Amino acid sequence: MLTYQVQPKGAVSPGINTCQGCMIDVIFRNVLDVMGPDTVLVIPPGCAAQFSGCGPEASVTVPGIQGNLENSAAIASGIANGFRHQGNDHTQVVVIAGDGGTVDIGLQSLSGAMERNEDIIYICYDNEAYMNTGVQGSSSTPFAASTTTTPAGKPVNAKDLISIVMAHRVPYAATASVADIFDLRRKVQKAKETKGCRVIHIMSPCPTGWGYPSAKTVEVAREAVRCGAWVLMEYENGAIKLGRKPEELGQPQKYFALQKRFCGAGEEEIAKMGAFLTERYEYLEKLAQL
Amino acid sequence: MAVKMFDGNGAAVEAIRLARPGVIAAYPITPQSSIAEHLADEVAAGRIDAEYVRVESEHSAMSVAVGAQLTGVRVATATASVGLALMHEVCGVAAGCRVPIVMPVVNRSLVAPWSLWCDHSDTMAERDTGWLQYYCANVQEILDLTLCAYRIAEHEDVMTPAMVCLDGFFLSHSMQRVDTPDDEAAWDFVKPYVRKNMYLDTNDVMFINDLCPTDEHSEIKYQQYVGFQEAARVTKEVFAEYEERFGRKLHTVESYRLDDADVAVVTIGSMSGTGKYVVNQLREQGVKAGLLRICMFRPFPAEEVAEALKNVKVIGVVDRSAGLGAAQGPVCTEVKAACCGTSSKIFGFCGGIAGRDISDGSFRKIFGELTDVAEGRSETCERWFDVKPNAMNIREVDVPC
Repeated sequence: MLTYQVQPKGAVSPGINTCQGCMIDVIFRNVLDVMGPDTVLVIPPGCAAQFSGCGPEASVTVPGIQGNLENSAAIASGIANGFRHQGNDHTQVVVIAGDGGTVDIGLQSLSGAMERNEDIIYICYDNEAYMNTGVQGSSSTPFAASTTTTPAGKPVNAKDLISIVMAHRVPYAATASVADIFDLRRKVQKAKETKGCRVIHIMSPCPTGWGYPSAKTVEVAREAVRCGAWVLMEYENGAIKLGRKPEELGQPQKYFALQKRFCGAGEEEIAKMGAFLTERYEYLEKLAQL
Repeated sequence: MAVKMFDGNGAAVEAIRLARPGVIAAYPITPQSSIAEHLADEVAAGRIDAEYVRVESEHSAMSVAVGAQLTGVRVATATASVGLALMHEVCGVAAGCRVPIVMPVVNRSLVAPWSLWCDHSDTMAERDTGWLQYYCANVQEILDLTLCAYRIAEHEDVMTPAMVCLDGFFLSHSMQRVDTPDDEAAWDFVKPYVRKNMYLDTNDVMFINDLCPTDEHSEIKYQQYVGFQEAARVTKEVFAEYEERFGRKLHTVESYRLDDADVAVVTIGSMSGTGKYVVNQLREQGVKAGLLRICMFRPFPAEEVAEALKNVKVIGVVDRSAGLGAAQGPVCTEVKAACCGTSSKIFGFCGGIAGRDISDGSFRKIFGELTDVAEGRSETCERWFDVKPNAMNIREVDVPC
């Protein structure tokens, strides 16, 4: 039974020890605010595990379980099936997992849950590397970004999670950014009102791992959207709807310059990245016209 | 009580059906596959009222099982061999979160090299994961022990998941007659699942399995240790109740003609019947032979083993897994530790690997070696009792020089 030592405002207790400038806190608060108290959380180890609590102290006012790094979608599937069997069709099961736990080691269980169209909401906050363990590269780390395991810059592009999700034909999927919390809340609300396997992929810049002043997280996230390094979109009933067109599509210079992780990228890498961002956006535009 | 014909997997499915699980998560693997199939049949036919989650791996099967049972329903899953190895990480979660899942495991060798056939390398690798382990001697016991395992695992003093281990093909695909309790009698014994300890409920909030500081971790492990201590007692109570209700005696350890035995073998699993047959033969020839079968391997019934074997001069423990690098195989290690205060001579035997038959000839050979030691003709026994003499030349690689 949960007893309050500190009465939290909303569902998250104050004083969570995430890094200064990290927006996961804002993601958790907004997601749980939209979802309401009739929600069960599944959180794998990683930065988000700050919200599982430590020892006898919980950090959130909803129930949850910390699973393993690769099985969040499977544990959530089990919970959803357990509730369904007992006639509970109201409690929402929500995963909040990082990019490593989603696109790397957790992709198999997520794929299974999407294929079975489990009644869960899967939220991936993407800080584009294994930040909790000290900034190691993941398959979500973008081309040319330096991490402790890609010190010379990553030689290949990131996995395209939203395309992988869409290939499973889930009822609802979306990308969101911490640069637009209103849009993020709207998408979580839409997911809440949809049945089946719903996936939301949120870009969440990391001051510690990306190398920028902690006050600039929103600015960095906004620049990612402006150059097409992060594309806001929704996927509903098989149709893609793109957000506002990036003002500076294919020109990541300003975005790169804000962060230390791209400092090894020369003109050639920047041009290559720019071309890739343009090509990907135009491809998505064509899909959106179908 | 009806007599039905089941193979081992069928008996496991029947026991699961009688326990009325609410969620089933299954992934097929030889020789477990027919459990996954028949559970799906039972759900499709409405004989089990459950959600059937057709998972994409054994890792996810155990993950679904843990998540579902934490909402307050009994779950079912089953696996074998590398499937169990893949589950290993999540088996620890089930144990540490005290989720009393009951899981039939169809014993099959671990890779490499690939094998489809029986040995105990899969479940022995899980022996310290925090699960109870019961090893079946025949198909009847698969039904009996699975039904009992629900009562033991879910007991409030135990709260520890349980594996019911059945030898691949020797039992899983062997059709035998099984005395089967009718549905209501079985349900009256197994009883509905009641959530205890940890659960997921938005009306009673808790966060399960968060980071546990060093300050508390030992204490939580100690709680699991106490759960195992209690399991030894509860197993006997549940076995006694089962015998009273259904008339069949179950054993934590089963002594066979041990009272005046000079030589004895310790067995586990389906090899035991063959061992008893050879004991009978040897007794007719005047050899004072006996057998001890271990059914409950976790918790290990050390005191009962020591008591049963205390007057036996020479003991051979037959391990159906290689126990590579260990001083002895896993069963022999336990028996030696249990009997360390006695004057018996104990020898470890290793064989029956990857489906090699442990035949009556195998036991005659083992008893022959034990008798040689007992009568002073020999000092030691050959550990790998059924290995071919040309073992070192099998698939020999020519090194160019």
